[in-house]
Amino acid sequence: MIGEPIFEVDGLTKLYGARVGCRDVSFELRAGEVLAVVGESGSGKSTLLACASGELEPSEGAVRYLWGGVRGGAPYFRDVWRDLSEPERRLLRRSDWSFVHQDPREGLRMGVSAGGNIGERLMATGGRHYGRIRSAASDWLTRVEIETDRIDDRPIAFSGGMRQRLQIARALSTEPRIVFMDEPTGGLDVSVQARLLDLIRRLVAEHQLTVVIVTHDLAVARLLAHRMIVMRGGSVVESGLTDQILDDPQHAYSQLLVSSILQA
Amino acid sequence: MKDINIVAEARIRVEDVAKNFTLHAQGGQRIPVLAGAGFEVREGECVALLGESGSGKSSMMRMLYGNYRTEGGRIWIRRDLDDGEEPERRWVDVASAPPHDVLELRRRTLGYVSQFLRVIPRVSALHVVAEPMCAAGMDCDLAKERARALLSRLRIREALWGLSPLTFSGGEQQRVNIARGFAHRFPILLLDEPTASLDAVNRDTVLTLIEEARDGGVSVVGIFHDPAARERLGCRGIDVAAFAAAA
Repeated sequence: MIGEPIFEVDGLTKLYGARVGCRDVSFELRAGEVLAVVGESGSGKSTLLACASGELEPSEGAVRYLWGGVRGGAPYFRDVWRDLSEPERRLLRRSDWSFVHQDPREGLRMGVSAGGNIGERLMATGGRHYGRIRSAASDWLTRVEIETDRIDDRPIAFSGGMRQRLQIARALSTEPRIVFMDEPTGGLDVSVQARLLDLIRRLVAEHQLTVVIVTHDLAVARLLAHRMIVMRGGSVVESGLTDQILDDPQHAYSQLLVSSILQA
Repeated sequence: MKDINIVAEARIRVEDVAKNFTLHAQGGQRIPVLAGAGFEVREGECVALLGESGSGKSSMMRMLYGNYRTEGGRIWIRRDLDDGEEPERRWVDVASAPPHDVLELRRRTLGYVSQFLRVIPRVSALHVVAEPMCAAGMDCDLAKERARALLSRLRIREALWGLSPLTFSGGEQQRVNIARGFAHRFPILLLDEPTASLDAVNRDTVLTLIEEARDGGVSVVGIFHDPAARERLGCRGIDVAAFAAAA
């Protein structure tokens, strides 16, 4: 179920020297909402995601989040790049926010056990009790359908799909409100992809998660996202309800994207 | 039957609606479909959209659901709110409403049974049917109970309930789709060929479900290629071809 607005990107622009990463992008997110960002490679999707998720400082514009701050005061919309200090932003990114990379190796520590990967994030947000952390880790492994007897194995010994599920478990273990996902199903077998989609859908419903998902796969967008924005050359060319854009695209580029899908 | 003392009021008002498609890949060719479309649908009424293939029946239906955009005019949908102390009634124009308002209408007011089932692989039929009820705020265990009842009524074998409907036959998929559409008691039901590809027994069950909904005050808008179905449901016909836009 969709709640109140909690996040906002306002006139966001990122320039790499003279080159445009993304230009003048605005959108709002409500609690429990899934937004898909689609477009071809080089359209600015990943730049937008990096700026929105607090990783990359935008050249212009604002990212605002409804947050009570480090000490959990009364929440108000804070400008993530202007109102927060670097340590506050870092804390936000490992507590209320989370990031799932396309390549699990970027989001996991490959030399640390599966349990350790989840425990590490829990400890970073104040978890101290070893027994409780281990049981939380084991609980998360179950939720992402990894056998708990693999808890001491390192992800280097896992398949691609398992690594991705582990990354999702790690990302969600601190019960974030917003998860930013960059092509989370990219490069996986379709059967593994289906399992991940089902998992993400369930987690969104159970935890009222808010998700920004960058994908070039329109089928993924259709099945997961409430709303969608279509990017090209760094700018948003169309935005609206997912099914409306896919079934009745207005912009020339959206029409091209939709008509290029292979029918299975 | 409805109590004759109660005057059935409108739930849908379509005013001067136009629809064109612009094909950018064909040099911006503009295909006019509808212009000046207008009609009303009342509580407990069944309206059948009529017209040849290509006349814009499906487009009209999709515009009612907010799936297609509307070029001109208004599509008013009555949203009855009963969570507050005072029941409230609000008219929302789907043609101009922001996405969240359309999503909210779809959550509790507008039910839509399309011809094709689109679901995430691996999700069970039972869950597919129960999900809209959970989303609309019903206790999820109750929702599953009702989903089981509907699936049995539509003759989906119990052995299949835990499986993904994507592995089912066409007729079974359509019945799952219908169960999903009828699960939550939407005040408005949009039905796109609900009885196509069903055998006689299942067709009869589906028509009975529609009759029950209509008698309970639901407004039904449908595309039925089967004239006997329209007749049985007592649908008022609206000829969409009368709204054809001049090419």
